[in-house]
Amino acid sequence: MTQTQITTNQSANQQNGETSKFIGLETQGVHAWFGKHHALSNVSLRFPERTVTGLIGPSGCGKSTFIRLLNRMHEFIPSAAMAGSVLLNGSDIYAPEEDPAMIRLKVGMVFQKPNPFPAMTIRENVLAGIKLAHLKRSNHDEIVEQCLTRAGLWKEVKDRLQASGGSLSGGQQQRLCIARSLAVEPQVLLMDEPCSALDPGSTLRIEETIKELAEKITVIIVTHNMQQASRVSDYCAFFLTDGGPGYLVEADSTRKMFTNPTDSRTADYVQGKFG
Amino acid sequence: MSTVANAGQLTTAEPRRPWAVSRSKRLLGFGRMLAFAVAAFVATILSPLANVDGWAVAFLLINLAWVIGIASKLGAKERRDAVLRVVITSLAVLAFVPWLSIFVTVILKGYRAIYPGYFISDMRTSTPDDELNIGGAGHAIVGSLVMVAIATVVTLPLGILTGIYLTEVRGRLTFLVRFIVQSMAGVPSVVAGLFIFATLVKSMGQYSGLAGGLALAVLMLPTVSRTAEEVLKLVPDDIRSAGYALGARQWRTALLVVLPTVRAGLSTAAILGVARVIGETAPLLLTSLNTNGLVWNPIGGTVASLPTYVFAMFMYGTEYSTARAWTGSLVLLALVFFFFIIARRLGNKSALKANANRRK
Repeated sequence: MTQTQITTNQSANQQNGETSKFIGLETQGVHAWFGKHHALSNVSLRFPERTVTGLIGPSGCGKSTFIRLLNRMHEFIPSAAMAGSVLLNGSDIYAPEEDPAMIRLKVGMVFQKPNPFPAMTIRENVLAGIKLAHLKRSNHDEIVEQCLTRAGLWKEVKDRLQASGGSLSGGQQQRLCIARSLAVEPQVLLMDEPCSALDPGSTLRIEETIKELAEKITVIIVTHNMQQASRVSDYCAFFLTDGGPGYLVEADSTRKMFTNPTDSRTADYVQGKFG
Repeated sequence: MSTVANAGQLTTAEPRRPWAVSRSKRLLGFGRMLAFAVAAFVATILSPLANVDGWAVAFLLINLAWVIGIASKLGAKERRDAVLRVVITSLAVLAFVPWLSIFVTVILKGYRAIYPGYFISDMRTSTPDDELNIGGAGHAIVGSLVMVAIATVVTLPLGILTGIYLTEVRGRLTFLVRFIVQSMAGVPSVVAGLFIFATLVKSMGQYSGLAGGLALAVLMLPTVSRTAEEVLKLVPDDIRSAGYALGARQWRTALLVVLPTVRAGLSTAAILGVARVIGETAPLLLTSLNTNGLVWNPIGGTVASLPTYVFAMFMYGTEYSTARAWTGSLVLLALVFFFFIIARRLGNKSALKANANRRK
């Protein structure tokens, strides 16, 4: 059901074409460099609103670099450079007047390794973004319950919200990090291999969480796990490198990518023939 | 004899440690060490070797002699192992000797003048030559604590800000700031005193506790800054990234995420700084000097402190004044020891470490 809804959304956008701005996140001819090393070349992709897009491809093909470009985390690396534009609801997030902190507020991120703030309790961790970004919110209890519920953690921690975030298991910590990202109400959530450090049970729980999240926000997830990509994503983008910079091979609906991809390399990769 | 029967046995299993050294063997080893220690003691009486260090040398030699004695019974590898073990253990004991020697000497000579009044009375109505049951170092203890408190209040914010500049901001001046902090650590303490003397004491026209505290602050700042920097470096970058990814600006991330994470470590930095300067004598001789009475006011002229008290009492040179000086040293040593223990305990409580321990 969700699938059809998204398709109609997208086709509506496509029919309007260039006359109305694209709602969601869009990259146009994006490149990335680290010093002289050209890491990513010419990626143009659209992430429609309220969809899950999986970024797949072998290690070192620039997926993580790409995802960090989408919320301006790329620029924290001193030698980093980029080209092209990233549009959030039609406006370039790299425009000179844009404030990177405000961009990151709208485009949240969950990292590969769970990184709850060690000096804070579970409750404080969830509310950290609100405190850090100076947001005015009065219904803190409500936010904590709502975000933890959406991250699928509420039932497990509701009786020990004052415990340290570090006292949770790895899978629970990662879901706490998801809840923390949700508290600032991002429009897009980027996830960089969020399950790579987790056991199968926690992975499953987080995948359910991702599907629930997609009812409200856009999710972009980097994953090395083909089954995971096929289970959670509506769209897939396949990246590759031939020794030079990483590039986009093709992007399409997940069903098409896994059953009848245009490029033979995509077929080989999703069938596990390399990578 | 079936596997089922074996499984039944497991339910009544007793926990034991087959790898542990047996009690008799341990007793034997301990007894041998005790015998060697006594023998070394006898040797220090009979031979020209003297004192704790002489004892340690004798102890090392006796241990070596024993190893050589039993060496013929052992195989080549066992022999090498036994000799190395004795050498390493003895050298470790030897490294411990100066520390122990100082401690034992100060305690043995310092306990004599201790009575409850020592910690509360001053020397206003008594001379250094008086009996040891009147007068005391209360004024010196208070003076030291007041000046160290001033130094801490000045240094802690400066030191933490320096640490933040070096690790979080990483501005253009990072190299210069780090260079200055490192060379400040090498400034002779008397120069720090001279600096405050030339600036503050001259302009105020009098010695004061404030001047003493500021002279100590000059010496304390490099310790606190460098410890703060080391501690802040321990904060993993992914915690900072998490802050930025939530839409936080750098200073808010540093203030609300990074600093609370190392709260314990920063307390350790402060305490290490205090322990570094509480025994400083030279800068205080140029800034706060010494006095016989209890002074709380840091801008009301000369103030006593434990190091200058000890110095003055030794200089006086009589039996009783020397005893008072030793007791002052003992109090000073106890204070430093106390601060170090607090620093260690706080260090162990750090949030980062607690996290790491849980993950193990």
